[in-house]
Amino acid sequence: MPARPSRVGLRVAALGYLAALLVVPVGLVFYRTFEHGIATAWEAVTTPEAMHAFWMTVFMVAVAVPANTVFGVACALYLVRTRLPGRAITGAAVNLPFAVSPVVVGLALILVYGQEGWLGSWLTEHGVQVIFSWPGMVIATIFVSLPFVVREVVPVLREIGIEQEEASRTLGASPWQTFWRVTLPSIRWGVAYGVILTTARALGEFGAVSVVSGKLAGQTQTLTLHVEERFQAFDLPGAYAASVVLAALALLVILSLTLLQRTRET
Amino acid sequence: MSPPADAAAVLPGPGRGRRRGAGRAPPVAAGALGVAYLSLIVLLPLAAVVARSMEGGLGAFWEAVSGSQAVAAMELTVLISLAVVVVNAVAGTLLAWVLVRDEFRGKHVVNALIDLPFALPTIVAGLTLLALYGPRSPAGINIAFTQMGVLLALLFVTLPFVVRSVQPVLLELDTEMEEAAASLGAGRLTTFRRVILPNLLPAIGSGCALAFARALGEFGSVVLISGNIPFKTEVAAVFVFGQIESDNIGTAAAVSVVLLGVSLVLLLAIGALGSRRSRDAG
Amino acid sequence: MTRFRFPLLLLVTLAALVPAACGGPAGGGKRLTLVAYSTPKEAYAEIIPGFQRTQAGKGSTFSQSYGASGDQARAVQAGLPADVVALSLAPDVSKLVDKGLVAPTWDRDAHRGMVARSVVVFLVRKGNPKNIRTWDDLVKPGVEVLEPNPFTSGGAKWNVMAAYGAQLEQGRTEAQATDYLKRLFENIAVQDKSAREALQTFSSGKGDVLIAYENEAITSQQKGEEVEYVVPDQTILIENPVAVAKKSKNPVQAKAFVDYLRTPAAQRVFVEKGYRPVVESLQDPRRFPDPPGLFTIQRFGGWPAVSRKFFDPKDSIVANIERGLGVSTG
Repeated sequence: MPARPSRVGLRVAALGYLAALLVVPVGLVFYRTFEHGIATAWEAVTTPEAMHAFWMTVFMVAVAVPANTVFGVACALYLVRTRLPGRAITGAAVNLPFAVSPVVVGLALILVYGQEGWLGSWLTEHGVQVIFSWPGMVIATIFVSLPFVVREVVPVLREIGIEQEEASRTLGASPWQTFWRVTLPSIRWGVAYGVILTTARALGEFGAVSVVSGKLAGQTQTLTLHVEERFQAFDLPGAYAASVVLAALALLVILSLTLLQRTRET
Repeated sequence: MSPPADAAAVLPGPGRGRRRGAGRAPPVAAGALGVAYLSLIVLLPLAAVVARSMEGGLGAFWEAVSGSQAVAAMELTVLISLAVVVVNAVAGTLLAWVLVRDEFRGKHVVNALIDLPFALPTIVAGLTLLALYGPRSPAGINIAFTQMGVLLALLFVTLPFVVRSVQPVLLELDTEMEEAAASLGAGRLTTFRRVILPNLLPAIGSGCALAFARALGEFGSVVLISGNIPFKTEVAAVFVFGQIESDNIGTAAAVSVVLLGVSLVLLLAIGALGSRRSRDAG
Repeated sequence: MTRFRFPLLLLVTLAALVPAACGGPAGGGKRLTLVAYSTPKEAYAEIIPGFQRTQAGKGSTFSQSYGASGDQARAVQAGLPADVVALSLAPDVSKLVDKGLVAPTWDRDAHRGMVARSVVVFLVRKGNPKNIRTWDDLVKPGVEVLEPNPFTSGGAKWNVMAAYGAQLEQGRTEAQATDYLKRLFENIAVQDKSAREALQTFSSGKGDVLIAYENEAITSQQKGEEVEYVVPDQTILIENPVAVAKKSKNPVQAKAFVDYLRTPAAQRVFVEKGYRPVVESLQDPRRFPDPPGLFTIQRFGGWPAVSRKFFDPKDSIVANIERGLGVSTG
């Protein structure tokens, strides 16, 4: 058995690192936000701009998460359950968003959907504005949160095998019925994890939307952009309050993850 | 939970329970939709960046990436990211060790907290660090506008990678060999160095590679605390951002391609490492 | 797994509804987008409600975007929707005229298209510990100067011309003035993107002196910052333009807004926030004294000539100085 002092020493070192880097800074922001009372904090976070930014963020998530979930499940099925060509490339392509800096995502979208972009000129002619407006931000959010559902579902699909699905087919179920009644329930943990991770990533997106949004307060500002804007306007209370909302959402996310893990283990 | 650690898991390969003729082919329409989705959102835009960077030919590309401000930004980014990796290798392993081998009250909470940097928006991360370590710090520490500030921000966002990479390996590690070494009279440090560490190295390696890739492209957490001072604290992503705003799209694209290239190589390396590991594990 | 379907459908419906909600009051409201340079946010925050109380402004809603003047102009060129542009200096508006985004007659009114004025001042720490009073003090060794990047920030261009012109006002030659600029840039610790960001950097404790708009200095004092400002004897008169964008979807209200900005009501708000008014009746030499060596951009032949000689990104006085320091000039 390891000697007591060194074990405690390691523990202190590890927890100390975590405290200094993570816990104290985040705790300080919570403290600063509520320092002057809950009412002040509430006021700071319910300005029209802040509210709009909040709904903008919710909207981004509401579009990106279902889209990436549907795509993710379909893609996972394609990668694992079929022998169609192109799986290696698709598998690699799905991982690409992890390799791309958010700013580069923004640049990439401008080059395709901007006024002089590959598709942008055609879009502008038809009156569709992507960059500097919410569609561009939605695409950016989808881009950065794309891989999670796929990555969580693929290993699950592999593990569960196809016996049940084959049994279902033998019993006369159509492919669609098999999917809904057999496959989907068996991958629900993977999907759940994936959805939570996708949501977290979509909520927190900053760099890519920063580039494509034009930062029109009250129109194309997400809550993350709002935090930056408040900071730059010397409105620290506003910035902290919005940050606390985002941090609370982040804590909710990891809580769901932990709960999910616990439920799954039991 | 280990989201990005299993890059290998997504690539097709022999899965357990797979048989010939496994799949019923999904409707072609769904397939086409999926391809369109992936292309319009990921592939086309990334191709556009590469194309734009080459628009003026290799000469223009070289000129763009060899400008002194660009070089300074890339150098700074690589050096600080390497420092981040070194710190993470040690701290991450330490954290994983304590989380796996130690028992104390609140361990579950600490374990869950490790994921906070994954869930917290980067701009908020930067703001929290600025609150504690910036000009209005209650502790009197002010590292805003310094490279230390950049380092701190990057450490924050890359915290989970090594920890989450090493934890599962530590969990599965057979303690027999450690016990054998101890019974042969090996000190604890020696046991760690010669028995445990070699088994952890691949996990530490892939966690470090992921952390490095993440640090390279980091933007949101650095933007507030670093002051973005060209040649001193301006990281590559901030430089690209500035170039986009100044309408120097060519330069922005060129430096982006460099960043992309390095990250891709890293991702491939992690993938290769991962698949070798799973093959060895059988 | 029908359990998933319903929440998903709900989310998607929500998703469809929110942009409708964001579109402003259904059908009735006129949305105006103001694209401005980085500093006048506080002024417009009060002016806009004032406009909304007028007959012409009733029912209008505003979206506002603030950023470095040069970058904002570029954004509008790149498609950022705008109804009214309020930039730091006339050349940024001229760029939009060249691209057909602003009518060429924008400056043919009583105020030559201008909406507010200011002068270039030195913002220093309270008590002015380094005793910075003149332009020569800025190039002393050990003095850290903050000044935004002239290739992104409009305010920076005003600052540079103030510095250059101050040398000429003191009887020095053009060569000496250029050399002064070089020494000044060597003392610049950080070149932020915009005037507002430079103020932020200064507030965070960096630098000994910030070259800024007088109205930024006053705003920061109003915000409780521990600073004071010095109006140097020689400085330039800043004039900030405003114009209606041709692609505006609400041109009538956009024009009404621009007109409103020149009324005493709006100008009084500008004055409160530290700007010098363009409306004669509100000009107050006691509050805003004119320094002895005040000059305008006309001293150098106006902005078109100045832009070419000093700020051409490829080859100009300032571009060459910046390149010498390795800073990107765009």
